[in-house]
Amino acid sequence: MSTPSRTGPPPPGAPETASGPPPLARAGRALLSARMPTVAVAVLLVATVAASVALQPGFFSPYGLSSSFATFLPLATIAAAQTVIVLGGGIDLSIGAIVTLSSAVSVVLMQGDDARLPLALAAGLATGAACGLLNGLVVAGLRLQPIVATFATGSMFGGAALLVLPKPGGTASPILTETYRMVVLAYIPVPAVLLLLLWLAWRVLRRHRFGQYLYAVGGDAGAAYSSAVPVSAVRVLSYTLGGLIAALAGVALLADSGAGDPTLGTELTLGSIAALVIGGTRLRGGSGGVGGAIIGAIVLSLIQGLVFFAGVPTNAREFVYGCVIIAAIALAGLLTARAAQRPAFQGANR
Amino acid sequence: MSTPTVPAPAAQQAPERPSAARRLLRDPVAISAAVTLLLWTATVLYSPSFAGWGQVVTLLTVASFLGVIAIGQTLVIIAGGEGIDLSVGATATLSAIIASRFMAGSDEGFLTAVLLALAACCVVGAVNAVGVLVFRVPPLVMTLGMIAVVTGFIRLYTGGRPEGSAAPLLRTLVTGDTVAGIPGVLWLWLGLTVLVIWLLRRSPFGWRLYAVGGNPSTAYLSGVNTSAVKFAAYVLSSLFAGVGGLLLLGYAQNVYTSLGTDYMLNSVAAAVIGGTALIGGVGGYLGTAIGAVLLTVLDTLLRVAQVGGGEWGDAPRQIIYGAVLIIVLTAYGRQRRLRQ
Repeated sequence: MSTPSRTGPPPPGAPETASGPPPLARAGRALLSARMPTVAVAVLLVATVAASVALQPGFFSPYGLSSSFATFLPLATIAAAQTVIVLGGGIDLSIGAIVTLSSAVSVVLMQGDDARLPLALAAGLATGAACGLLNGLVVAGLRLQPIVATFATGSMFGGAALLVLPKPGGTASPILTETYRMVVLAYIPVPAVLLLLLWLAWRVLRRHRFGQYLYAVGGDAGAAYSSAVPVSAVRVLSYTLGGLIAALAGVALLADSGAGDPTLGTELTLGSIAALVIGGTRLRGGSGGVGGAIIGAIVLSLIQGLVFFAGVPTNAREFVYGCVIIAAIALAGLLTARAAQRPAFQGANR
Repeated sequence: MSTPTVPAPAAQQAPERPSAARRLLRDPVAISAAVTLLLWTATVLYSPSFAGWGQVVTLLTVASFLGVIAIGQTLVIIAGGEGIDLSVGATATLSAIIASRFMAGSDEGFLTAVLLALAACCVVGAVNAVGVLVFRVPPLVMTLGMIAVVTGFIRLYTGGRPEGSAAPLLRTLVTGDTVAGIPGVLWLWLGLTVLVIWLLRRSPFGWRLYAVGGNPSTAYLSGVNTSAVKFAAYVLSSLFAGVGGLLLLGYAQNVYTSLGTDYMLNSVAAAVIGGTALIGGVGGYLGTAIGAVLLTVLDTLLRVAQVGGGEWGDAPRQIIYGAVLIIVLTAYGRQRRLRQ
């Protein structure tokens, strides 16, 4: 994102006004004005973390944190990718296939050799971005309905992933897997740092003109068009960026498991959508953010771990997990919809 | 619900209406029928034996499963509000698994098994509807979540190993010849097609469904109970998915836990190919039925042409399937331009 913006990107993390109210008062005001979805996802996060601490021995130990964040990162990154696309008013059902295709390309080129790591990573990321670009062109250029169009492209990407890597396997380069498992400063796992970087990158993007355009297009494409926002270009770019981030998720998945798996696609897509909805992003576009989606992904992963540690019988695990997810989504939906009026009177003047 | 849609009257106020021939060229049902014939001709050219009566019947039988499952999908999509039911695949599997356990390969428990299976499906539909209508969860997400719940329940119910098999009666109904050399399942599909088209075009429920899908505010202000209509659409969707699952059971004899998975998005694709727009309030079942046949013929063509197979596996077929889907949709599934 090095396009020159009119005002120049503000340094990340810098306060906007030096002489504002004291930080405590500002924090309080921010808390009070927080949107309901933010509160909902915060409640869910606190509840799941508390339950995990109670049920999972050594949850806060360096090892426990490291393994937890290692599982959070891939899902959170996919959710972030999906969020960028959904904010722009689209949806990408092929995102899981993009993840598996790009990780398959990487692992096949890598062959467990550290020297080939940069090339393999570059190829994987380029694959993801190319898939996203294709999606964007199909949705914005051919003007197909995103759900069906990305289902179709997802079939293509999934097929390509099977061509590249017919069955689960391959070896990731040792540097990649070892770095992923490292713990910095005796306590902070590397995936947590990467997660923070992902969020910071999103904050920068959000301030950038593209971020503004993204919300404008997702909120009301017609109005954005009238305001001289390049709607089609923003859509194409949002899908491309989503594909690129999905490829990053593919790398994370590779680093976590050490091998490629071409069959994970559908599951990942479903997870990404569930995470972003729990995180308070509106599926219709134009409202929400990557921060919520990341927390939504963490909540999802924690619930999965909880079902395991709560001693639920093996055969009942999936059912309990499904029910908890539905409950979490319903809670998020209820709180998100509170502000909305009855659909009967919504948009009656249209 | 607040998707900006062009109100229908605007189209009718256009200064000159296109001629009948041009309308036909833009009619999704006509186009998809033409594409289906084209694909079928290609299949026959590739392997002449496919022109035989038996092969056509087999092809339509395979299409009928998708067709029946896509009935409910069409209803839910027409009901609007971003309506979509992704849980149909899991629901079909659920119905087949419950039925096969109660049938256990004999005709004795046939009626009980069918009723129980369909009742379970209705419960799934009701939960979907409650999530969408009461908790305001977007349909895509709600039905996606229900997949996890239903597959989880199947796992719990079967312990991972489904038992039982289809009753001989069901098997005869699906694969055996009944009247005029046509298997019962095709008669059933034909009957359901007529029923659903009548329901949509000629019954108060159908009119309300289109009204709610086209503009929920207007429908509400005109005295339509929008929630009841949508509730019915979701329950019917799961019910038809259940019927589809029973037919699949009769065809496959035994059940496995991924029996209906492929029907999840294919049912949406069939509806969209048939001209049912995902914004709701537009479309019909005839198009969906043709869409189901189109997808089946396409799959058959790719199999007959032996795309893939051998060392490549399913992969090339998947790629071509996706590409053809995009090409077909490009013909008419396009949204309006912004510059209008």
